[in-house]
Amino acid sequence: MIFDAAFESAVDAIVAKYPQPKAAVLPVLWEVQKRMGFIDTAAEAWVAQRLGVAPAHVHGCVTFYTMYKQRPSGRYHVQVCTTLSCMLRGSDELVTHLERRLGVPVGGTTPDGKFSLVRVECLGSCDTAPMFQLNDDYHENLTLEKVDRLLESLS
Amino acid sequence: MPAERILTRNVGRPDSTTLAAYEANGGYQALRKAVGSMTPDGLTEEVKKSGLRGRGGAGFPTGLKWSFMPKEVDPKRPHYFLINADESEPGTFKDRLLMEQDPHLVLEGTLLGAYAIRASVAYIYIRGEFVHGAAVLERAIAEATAKRYAGKNVLGGGWSCELVVHRGAGAYICGEETALMSSLEGDRGYPRLKPPFPAASGVWKCPTTINNVETVANIPFIVERGAAWFSSVGKPPKNTGPKLYCLSGHVKRPGVYEAPLGLPMRELIEELGGGMLHTDRPLKAVIPGGSSVPVLRADECDLDLDFDSLMAKGTMLGSAGIMVMDSSVCMVAAMARIAHFYHHESCGQCTPCREGCGWLERILNRIETGLGLPSDLDLLLSVSDNIMGNTICALGDAAAMPTISFVKKFEEEFRHHIEHKTCLTGTLAMQGVR
Repeated sequence: MIFDAAFESAVDAIVAKYPQPKAAVLPVLWEVQKRMGFIDTAAEAWVAQRLGVAPAHVHGCVTFYTMYKQRPSGRYHVQVCTTLSCMLRGSDELVTHLERRLGVPVGGTTPDGKFSLVRVECLGSCDTAPMFQLNDDYHENLTLEKVDRLLESLS
Repeated sequence: MPAERILTRNVGRPDSTTLAAYEANGGYQALRKAVGSMTPDGLTEEVKKSGLRGRGGAGFPTGLKWSFMPKEVDPKRPHYFLINADESEPGTFKDRLLMEQDPHLVLEGTLLGAYAIRASVAYIYIRGEFVHGAAVLERAIAEATAKRYAGKNVLGGGWSCELVVHRGAGAYICGEETALMSSLEGDRGYPRLKPPFPAASGVWKCPTTINNVETVANIPFIVERGAAWFSSVGKPPKNTGPKLYCLSGHVKRPGVYEAPLGLPMRELIEELGGGMLHTDRPLKAVIPGGSSVPVLRADECDLDLDFDSLMAKGTMLGSAGIMVMDSSVCMVAAMARIAHFYHHESCGQCTPCREGCGWLERILNRIETGLGLPSDLDLLLSVSDNIMGNTICALGDAAAMPTISFVKKFEEEFRHHIEHKTCLTGTLAMQGVR
């Protein structure tokens, strides 16, 4: 169970930063996702109860903000930017290559749960296009060879 | 001679994110000066005189915005200073550079702004994807607070200001200032009608000012060197100060370039950017201010990159995201991709935007894939017209304006797609279509 004493005090510290507890919804959801990898309805209910808002409100936030995951992703979550500047520098070819290489379509997760692949909108790294975000980290100025080397280096 | 680097003077220096390096280069002297010898109104007046205009996109005069705040703090309604670090406009990556490489400059500017508007807490709303930038800022805040640049009783002057990093979670709309406030309050990022303006009733219904990261990064230099110096940089009187330009697309050296406001676009592309990526592919078009602004054809690119020069050409400086496209680019494919972005990012509150952006994307996709109808160009313009001005915030306009400009300026390409079911450029387009 993630909602232990340590988590409670983390939530307290977050709530203290704001004049109203509802403002803690996004940061607390981040904490939930950090610990669980995703956010399910039970977690939503816990957050709602803890912050004094309706479960539907929390669910509304989880579904509105694209970075909250409602189900587990792969251990390595590959988020390829395909907005205009990246498209101009070959992001579509990058996506095709990743689909072939990982054997899953965009939106998919490999059967072993190692990789998941998504397309995302502009990540603010247009000068180093094409690029993707792998979990928290940006990987920039990608070539297909660089991508292959990177994927092979991941255990 | 290259212009002096002001905003990026610490970028690339060793340990540029540390307080020690920042202080060694004169850091926090402006805060010391302001808190020690300037009143909040005096600081606001200085920023007004500098001519600084907001760097987030709208170009609104910063000092004037500050002056809308109440002159006294009602204890029941504290003032809030919000930093818009949601940098999500396609083609824009300047704030990320400042936050990741010179976080204390961002913090010093934030503290000065907070002092001017009499705020006792400042929230830095940073987009969720900037995990690294948020961590850098958190560390910098801890350092600055330990040295009493932030927190209780700043520099012993009696004024207190807490700095809080608040992470978004993936929503372009939260860069719109009223949506940012909704998001900070713990709601979906839904924009609000103005009025009331944030200075009257903002976050938690309290007086609020929202400034962009790059905007506040200018403030320490205005305090240190004076409004007269600042207003002599760039193109006075209305386009003053240093500016960060984000160059991306088909150039040899994409990147963030600093220059005084009014940098000629040709100089940015050909000199700073090293020219076109492929020598055999000439310039075709430029989006000068992030994907929300009207596109320029190559023959319209002899102009200066400042607020008023671009306005005079029917487009905008916006967030200074300059996206360069060469002759290989299919303008239908490019516009379809832009429309996909706005459809994806529409918050869904207003019908014209929620539905209209979907219409734009679908129509553009069918033209792109050779299934367009002769009436589609008029339909695109009609849908755009029905979005513009009919929504709470400017996201709908940001989808409609580029659509109109692409269709009007590259009409021949759109018509060719519809009539011949093929693409004039034949490179990026017509994927999956026989």
